Amino acid sequence: MTGTEARNLALAAVAFAVVACLPLAGSAYWLAIGVTIAMYTVLATSWALFSGPTHYISLATAAFFGVGSYTTAIGIEHLPYWTLPPIAGVLGAVLAALVGLATLRLSGVYFVIFTLGLAELVRQVIIWFQNVSGTKGLYVLTSITEAHIFWQLTGLAALVYLVGWAIWRSRLGFALRIIGDDEEVARHSGINTAGAKVLLFMVPGAVAAITGAILAPRYVYIEPATAFTPMLSFQVVIMALLGGTSRLWGPLVGVIPFTFLWEAISASFPNQTTLLLGICFLLIVYLLPKGFVGLLQAARKRVETREAWA
Amino acid sequence: MQRRTTLKLAAALLTATMLGGSAYAQETIKLGAVAPKTGPLAGGAAVTHWPNIKLWVEEVNGRGGIDVGGTKMMVEVVEYDDQTNPAETIAAVTRLATQDEADFILAPYSTGLNLAAAPIFDRFGYPQITSTASTDRVAELSGQFNDLFFLLGQNSEIVGDAVEILSKLRDAGTIGNKVAMVNVADAFGIELASTAKPIFEAAGFELVYETSYPLGTPDLSPVMKAAKAADPDAFVAWSYPPDTFGLTEQAIIEQLDVGVFYTAVATAFPAFKGRFGAAAEGIMGIGGVNADSEAFQDYAKRHMDATGAAPDYWASGMMYASLQILEQAITGAGTLDRETVTQYIKDNAFETVMGTVEFDDNNNNPSYWTVGQWQGDAFRGVASTGREGVVDVKLKEGWE
Repeated sequence: MTGTEARNLALAAVAFAVVACLPLAGSAYWLAIGVTIAMYTVLATSWALFSGPTHYISLATAAFFGVGSYTTAIGIEHLPYWTLPPIAGVLGAVLAALVGLATLRLSGVYFVIFTLGLAELVRQVIIWFQNVSGTKGLYVLTSITEAHIFWQLTGLAALVYLVGWAIWRSRLGFALRIIGDDEEVARHSGINTAGAKVLLFMVPGAVAAITGAILAPRYVYIEPATAFTPMLSFQVVIMALLGGTSRLWGPLVGVIPFTFLWEAISASFPNQTTLLLGICFLLIVYLLPKGFVGLLQAARKRVETREAWA
Repeated sequence: MQRRTTLKLAAALLTATMLGGSAYAQETIKLGAVAPKTGPLAGGAAVTHWPNIKLWVEEVNGRGGIDVGGTKMMVEVVEYDDQTNPAETIAAVTRLATQDEADFILAPYSTGLNLAAAPIFDRFGYPQITSTASTDRVAELSGQFNDLFFLLGQNSEIVGDAVEILSKLRDAGTIGNKVAMVNVADAFGIELASTAKPIFEAAGFELVYETSYPLGTPDLSPVMKAAKAADPDAFVAWSYPPDTFGLTEQAIIEQLDVGVFYTAVATAFPAFKGRFGAAAEGIMGIGGVNADSEAFQDYAKRHMDATGAAPDYWASGMMYASLQILEQAITGAGTLDRETVTQYIKDNAFETVMGTVEFDDNNNNPSYWTVGQWQGDAFRGVASTGREGVVDVKLKEGWE
């Protein structure tokens, strides 16, 4: 570990400690926004870990998230709560591995379509099971509060950053960057491309499932229509793209402004919320194809060029 | 110059007095409303939820506001769209409680969205009078969320009463013993069907045909053809709005010959009668009202005048009743203090368009309509858990 890395790590630790104090400020409003930001930070950052280097757009977040929600909803009757997020993580990773094995040999648009269909597939399986067994919506009645959920998500975010940082430094991260640049070259260099991609795809799978498990007590009542809402997958993608996927902190700088934008639109235009959000989606993709990270890098490059001439 | 300064000073003084004045005495009651305006449940909310809020606010402000301890206070509503997403419901209710500082918040729409919001209502001590939430765990929920009230009724009673109507007709010898039962494979449909099956069997009915179909199935003719082939005496569908219409349409095409034809959600919609006209006569479904009561007739007329549409014969009246209860509780308690108002709701009975409502120890409304039937121009209640005005059941006689 170099000196710069140690300094960055210490700064990150301080930042997380400061963030973790938010519930102590006592404002329910800011805590609710904090939970939203923490949730999307976790989802978008883990999403970008896989989709950033490989350029595979995954719309499977809702599928993993729903699996996690159901893990808590079903498990809470039989097991103590603290065992459930890890179990959800394992289930999410296994599901991601299965999906990865089946689909990561597909490229581009085929993969996108498959992941979009996955959420619907899992949802239909659960509905089928409910119909056969006669069970219905599940209740998650606990004493877990918003503050508990916020702390769990913040902890999970720290974990995601550590994992992302470790992967970036590892042989796996190097292999993935090569795959992202040119898969053909990677394969000829002796990289097991399918294996590397499957392994990495398990990270967002596990993280999204854990997030779903942590948030289930917040929703109290879990039903397929809301646990597997496809909107979630799209929101994660748009936030990650707004931030930029080429840096680990990229999604975070997308999540924060987007959450405030979302809140402002929801609060000010109750009758046109969905319409305006759609327009924002379009503008972001059109005007900021490389996200805020790309914008910053371009700005820095301009400054450097000017300095070089001066 | 001199005069302008004086004017400015006067204006500033005036503004200060006005601001100061409004800080002393609150003149309006701020109400929050969160429900779907977009998303899967927007259609249902547009029929049952939003029109009643509009109607009630117009009426209340028309008569000068709500009487709070002798002062009339006008009502102002802050509305948010939760996009049929529980996370957005939570965000919006939190915003209403903390940023808008609403005096009261109206209960959201549907079971899932109400339960997602329940912890927030509970935390800030807002009474949450639900009119569209249906659950079989009332005691447990009201134990955890002290301010949560249920108006709509329980599924076990809704299903039990439907089976009982069939039992009575069979015991009187007017219909036979064979029942065809289908359900939509989605939350409420699954729940009703799984509740109904053991009750039908315990009552000694023979289920000659039983199937489910996915939500959104466009062509229901195979379902109806198979049901007809089983030659049932009664047809029961635990259905949702689109398939309630679809199954009825197919039954007319097949000229299904049964003594009882029952479809669940949306049978009580005025649009159902509008679509099928005379063929709707004798069809049964969830809900019902005392169509002869003056209170309901008057309400239906006002609803029509204010919103341009008739109320449905199930949850609309309940939604309006929840608003009446809130108003009467505020006036009765004589304060905007939420704890006092909540306690008042628990301790008192309320006169509503659906009749008298008095919550039991579990914050549950024990008397509601369970089965209704199209008879003439109205969807009349034929079974209830203790409501007045139950009318006799008629047999379904043909589709003309």
